[in-house]
Amino acid sequence: MATLVSPRILRSVLPAASLALLMLAIFWLQPRAASYMGLNLMLGLAIPIALATIAQMFILTVNDLDLSIGAYVGFCACIAGTLLVDAPVYGVLALAGGVLAYALLGALIHVRNLPSIVVTLGMSFVWLGAAVLILPRPGGSSPGWIRWLMTLRPEYVPFPILAATAIAAVVHLGLMRTSYGAVLRGAGGNPRAIERAGWSLLKAKMTMYAFAGIFGMLAGLALIGLTTSADANIAARYTLLSIAGVILGGGEFVGGRVSPTGAVIGAITLTLAGSFLTFLQIPPDWQIGATGAILIIVLALRALINRAEER
Amino acid sequence: MARLLDKPWLWAFVGAFVVWIATALFTGGMGAGEVLTAAFTFAVFFVIVGIGQMFVITLGPGNVDLSVPATITLAGAVSTKLMDTADSMILIGFLAAMGVGLGVGVLNYGLIRLLRIPPIIATLSAAFIIQSTAIAYGRGLRIKPPEMLADFTTTRIAGMPVLAICVIVLAGVMAVVLNRTIYGRSVIAIGQNRRAARLAGISVEWTRFATYTMCALFASLCGYLLSGFSGGASLGMGEEYLLASIAVVVIGGTSVAGGFSNVPGLWGAALFMFLLVTMLNTFGAAAGVRLIMTGLIIITVIVLAGGRKAPR
Repeated sequence: MATLVSPRILRSVLPAASLALLMLAIFWLQPRAASYMGLNLMLGLAIPIALATIAQMFILTVNDLDLSIGAYVGFCACIAGTLLVDAPVYGVLALAGGVLAYALLGALIHVRNLPSIVVTLGMSFVWLGAAVLILPRPGGSSPGWIRWLMTLRPEYVPFPILAATAIAAVVHLGLMRTSYGAVLRGAGGNPRAIERAGWSLLKAKMTMYAFAGIFGMLAGLALIGLTTSADANIAARYTLLSIAGVILGGGEFVGGRVSPTGAVIGAITLTLAGSFLTFLQIPPDWQIGATGAILIIVLALRALINRAEER
Repeated sequence: MARLLDKPWLWAFVGAFVVWIATALFTGGMGAGEVLTAAFTFAVFFVIVGIGQMFVITLGPGNVDLSVPATITLAGAVSTKLMDTADSMILIGFLAAMGVGLGVGVLNYGLIRLLRIPPIIATLSAAFIIQSTAIAYGRGLRIKPPEMLADFTTTRIAGMPVLAICVIVLAGVMAVVLNRTIYGRSVIAIGQNRRAARLAGISVEWTRFATYTMCALFASLCGYLLSGFSGGASLGMGEEYLLASIAVVVIGGTSVAGGFSNVPGLWGAALFMFLLVTMLNTFGAAAGVRLIMTGLIIITVIVLAGGRKAPR
């Protein structure tokens, strides 16, 4: 018994278990949600949130925090809704510029040993300002191919589930199963050991920030594929949601202990929490509060498990 | 002179002065006094939240209170609704706002302590709940603040807002608290080396509890005064104060790594932030450019201030 229910297993099962519990509760309240259409509708918006959560996870892995991811996703959505439609070459260049900016930010934060919170808080203004300059009023349109991708209706399995599985699998293989992935996680877990072993911490940090930029960009593209029009503030709440998603998914705040699969599950849990409250007929005012409550409950459970482990 | 140049808060004031002069030169001296009055009027709110946030940040790496905006909104909503425009209820409203602050402080510290999670995550989770409470409680709230409170927050003596004078005094008191009391010295000691502080017999947990509670109290005070100043509470009233509260601390010359802080810099930084936006407005910069400049200047300041190597 003691070996079967070891704290370690409990901890890794916790994110998936909370999601399953939430799913069951939703299906019990609203049996029609357990259909192809129901899942498609409920999970659609989970894709951009999952991508943004993965972006945040890369930053958290190296013990930093990105408070600009929401503004950056909004910026990318605005580029995709305007430049990428009207002048694709410039659109691609602008998006690449965003990723480059992220890599340089990683370098700046590492070289000058700056607090990521303050730097990214400043960057959130830069992204928001740039988005407002590109798209002063809500509008734009989504590029045809993104729209096509996001409205795919594969047989049997709803697209959001396929997409979420693919995202989790790709990032899991890249970060958890490759040797350089281990170095990247080590840069958060034990930077000194990684440096002594001859790896460049600067390069590791720039790589992680660049990946955050790439996944933030994908989140922006996915978002505009769903909404078909952009707005500078379209993803403002993603900053907090993405942090909550990583933590929910079993990511630790420091030490490079993260879980890509968990992060995707965390993002889906947060998205579904909204539907759950709607089915319970709780006013939307309490949706953010529910996010906080779920976060606290899961963290409390984890604290209990950790305490059991210490005994 | 050399000692003055050594002060970390000097540059914030220099920056504020330069920006003010640039604005005045652009307009040919027109309205320079009014700009300064406005700067003091608005800087007050930045300074109030900045004081609380500064004590929290001084506690060391990872310590920051992300629930400040939500607390401002909730305290504003609760006190405005309770006072219901009646002058006689001003004190009750104030006490209610402080009650909100106390509750938030206990909640924040409770989460940090019981769940053993980093303060950023704890205050973030708390912020979700506080914000939701404020939204649910304050929906459709269109109550004006009591007249006396509104007057108090907008009265000026010779161009100087009365509130600004009060907050300058408050800042002075808090500077003494930081530098001359056991509590203040404990905060600094914990920020410099928490282990050493504990071994030296400082009550680390009590100090942390007091600091998070104080930060929430200052945020509540800001919400209370802000609702009086801006003609009532609104749901988005706290939004800009997340960046502002951290930015004034950093620009003011406080080390983000903790353990080194100063109060005067808060005033310099708050004035600088307001005057900067005014200058960009005067120059006719578009909203987007203004946002980009604000962001870039904050990053520039933090790069120049440099990351003091955090003691490990």
